[in-house]
Amino acid sequence: MKPRPFDYARPDTVDEALALLAEYGDDARILAGGQSLIPMLNLRLIDAKVLIDISRLAALDAISDHGDMIEVGAAVTQNKLMAWPGLDDKLPLVAAALPYVGHFQTRNRGTVCGSIAHADPSSELPLALAVLGGEVVLRSKQRGERILAAQAFQKDMLTTAREPDELVAAVRFPVLAGQGVAFREVARRHGDFAIIAIAAVFRNQELHLGAGGLSGRPQVLRVPAEDYPHLLANDVVRFVEGLEGYDDLHASAAMRRDLFRNLASGVVGEAMRCAA
Amino acid sequence: MRRVNRSERVRVALTLNGRRLAAEAEPRMLLSDFLRQSLGATGTHVGCEHGICGACTVLIDGVAQRACLTLAVQAEGRDVRTVESLAAADGALNPLQAAFRNNHALQCGFCTPGILMSFTDLLARNPHPSEGEIREVLSGHLCRCTGYANIVAAIKEAANGTAGAAPNPSP
Repeated sequence: MKPRPFDYARPDTVDEALALLAEYGDDARILAGGQSLIPMLNLRLIDAKVLIDISRLAALDAISDHGDMIEVGAAVTQNKLMAWPGLDDKLPLVAAALPYVGHFQTRNRGTVCGSIAHADPSSELPLALAVLGGEVVLRSKQRGERILAAQAFQKDMLTTAREPDELVAAVRFPVLAGQGVAFREVARRHGDFAIIAIAAVFRNQELHLGAGGLSGRPQVLRVPAEDYPHLLANDVVRFVEGLEGYDDLHASAAMRRDLFRNLASGVVGEAMRCAA
Repeated sequence: MRRVNRSERVRVALTLNGRRLAAEAEPRMLLSDFLRQSLGATGTHVGCEHGICGACTVLIDGVAQRACLTLAVQAEGRDVRTVESLAAADGALNPLQAAFRNNHALQCGFCTPGILMSFTDLLARNPHPSEGEIREVLSGHLCRCTGYANIVAAIKEAANGTAGAAPNPSP
């Protein structure tokens, strides 16, 4: 289980990284934490002509508080964000989701942006970003910077709107101080890929309920608070029946939908209590 | 910018357990193989090679990470510590190792080097972890013979500074 050969480049600046991406496009892979990329290379599920290692770029290793949103750079590890002092107050949903991301040892190296760029449909951080209505900052040598809403960024299973010459330079989580949030996932063992994940946020008199593991990308249901709770149960049933789900070794699509139907109200209740 | 072509072998220098060492590596060489095959430090074990089992966990700049998910070239210039760094020069076990021995926290010992390095990191950050925190970190390792209860007991003993208090197994 050794990777096939590839070239290795460790640029000293973000501009050098963007120049390499412009040169190699689809033949290049960005290596940030490598906690998804290197397993796939080792298992020879994917190939790369060149790996562009951005893990040492200090310019990308920053968590910036912009008041109404927190920007997390591409080299910031999951454990660095977990240890960020403002996390519980400003990003309580992210604080609730992060302990489910892999293990202590993989979070020490795995990055927040890498998880979102990888776009696994059962991943916790893409779900949190989608439910919060966050954004992805993309940069390229030719076109400079563009910003996409989370829901426009992740298109399907392991598929995003990133162009081959673009770097996911940062992600932006909206600040949700003092509002109700809850996160729960079902997995065979702690740290495994989620069979399903559920995230709930109350904001602006609206419930945002997110589902991971039920389609190729995170899905979000919005229910006005005045309709809660009598409409919610019906909404959840309609919502979950509209999601195709997928079968794998761990669960059938039908089991995923059943889990969501049965657990969603508990997660919503927790978010409401937490908002009260 | 550091650039290495796929077939090129370059000198990779790093600090291993306090000693400056260097050897040649091509880009695709994993740090786990570099440590064992190029530097001869075979204390770090290789299990699954995709980040699941935890046997290859080492400290890079003091932080526990999977050596099998790190390229040797990525460790260039870094401070790497492996299980060989734990015992004293005369072979005396450190408190964490002694606690593993006291509690029968290993049988075949294949997973042990990685577990010891994970908890070297955890105990440096958090000298008195709760049992929940210990179990959370231990969930990043697979042990197929001893079971986890004795490992948790050993780490609690090491964290409480009571290593040596538990009865030693008969020789």
